[in-house]
Amino acid sequence: MSPRDPTKRKLVTIVAESALEGPIAKEIKRLGARGYTIVEARGEGSRGVRQGTWEQNSNVEFQVVCSEDSARAIMSSLYDQFYEDYAMVAWAADVEILRGDKF
Amino acid sequence: MLENLLDPIILCFALGVASGLLKSDLRLPEALYETLSIYLLLAIGLKGGVELAKSPPGELVVPTLLTVALGIVTPIVAYAVLRRLGRFDRADAAAIAAHYGSVSAVTFAIVLSYLARVGASFEGFVTVLLVVLEIPAIAVGILIARLRSTQGPLRWGALLHEVFLGKSIYLLAGGLLVGWLAGPARMEGISPLFFGLFKGALALFLLEMGIIASQRVADLRRTGAFLVGFGIGMPLVNGALGALAGLAAGLSPGGTTVLATLAASASYIAAPAAMRIAVPKANPTLYLTASLGITFPFNVILGVPIYHWMAATLHRMAG
Repeated sequence: MSPRDPTKRKLVTIVAESALEGPIAKEIKRLGARGYTIVEARGEGSRGVRQGTWEQNSNVEFQVVCSEDSARAIMSSLYDQFYEDYAMVAWAADVEILRGDKF
Repeated sequence: MLENLLDPIILCFALGVASGLLKSDLRLPEALYETLSIYLLLAIGLKGGVELAKSPPGELVVPTLLTVALGIVTPIVAYAVLRRLGRFDRADAAAIAAHYGSVSAVTFAIVLSYLARVGASFEGFVTVLLVVLEIPAIAVGILIARLRSTQGPLRWGALLHEVFLGKSIYLLAGGLLVGWLAGPARMEGISPLFFGLFKGALALFLLEMGIIASQRVADLRRTGAFLVGFGIGMPLVNGALGALAGLAAGLSPGGTTVLATLAASASYIAAPAAMRIAVPKANPTLYLTASLGITFPFNVILGVPIYHWMAATLHRMAG
């Protein structure tokens, strides 16, 4: 298969408290994802408004493209470790990418 | 007291609080908050380092030891009050206690500016006490929260890294070292930025702090009346303990005022960051609302003159 052929992968998006940036990044890599992108985020949810005005109320958003197995493992590991105590949400979606061997 | 209220730094804080309460669209970018806090922490460290270079090292020993003792005693007292009287659970009480044992560098900057205005002198090494007092309470808070806890093992390595290499300790201690090594003469080149502009930057930072504090006011209804009383009563108790420690350590009335204010202040940089990771079960709304929504404004507006009065009274009584 040529690197130009679209391949199906999962896109996992995680929005979480900035305090979790380090631990989540570590977990993502441990569970088989090869990389990730982080952007600053703010918004509102069940744990109130996170305005992003200072470090204690700012969020980060992770975007991870990975295999379906990794995506499942990441989602369930986040659920076990962080969901109960921290403000966070995560979702997975189907995406098509080039250079399938990279992800 | 009125003189303190008319200080432009305090007025800027009030302006920030009002903007939040009146729902103005004023919003300082997070990058500015970060930049200002880095600038203020480094400047406080540098200034302290220059002053430290002028004071003989032997003078530091007793005040430092008493400051460490304060950092261990105040969170334990706070924890007992929160558990027994406030009926908070272990995690919440320990996390709040750690905030009240630890310090706020901005409150420290405000007491120094207050003392300069009233013309009171203080020891050159007080910035060392700020750094020393920041750490023990965080460790005590974590230990209390983790005692008999069912949570998984605590990663001490990661946590020590977070506390000692977190930006507030790192910048304060690093600034102290740089200022101390360079000495007054070599610091002249950077002093217009770090010392000349300091008060202006502090005013801008307090505008931002006012906005953040006002956002916590909405949470007061949820956190309850006890926490409001605690947020005012605890700093008064800790301030009195700090004033006694200052007197016992042989500090001047100005130095005693600084130590009392340090003991009374509650952390909002190092402690929240450490607690969120080390004690995830503790509700951040409680400790942030108490520390930032109640204690910080109280200390800035009324506390500092009260601690100055406490220090002066104690020194007069001791002759």
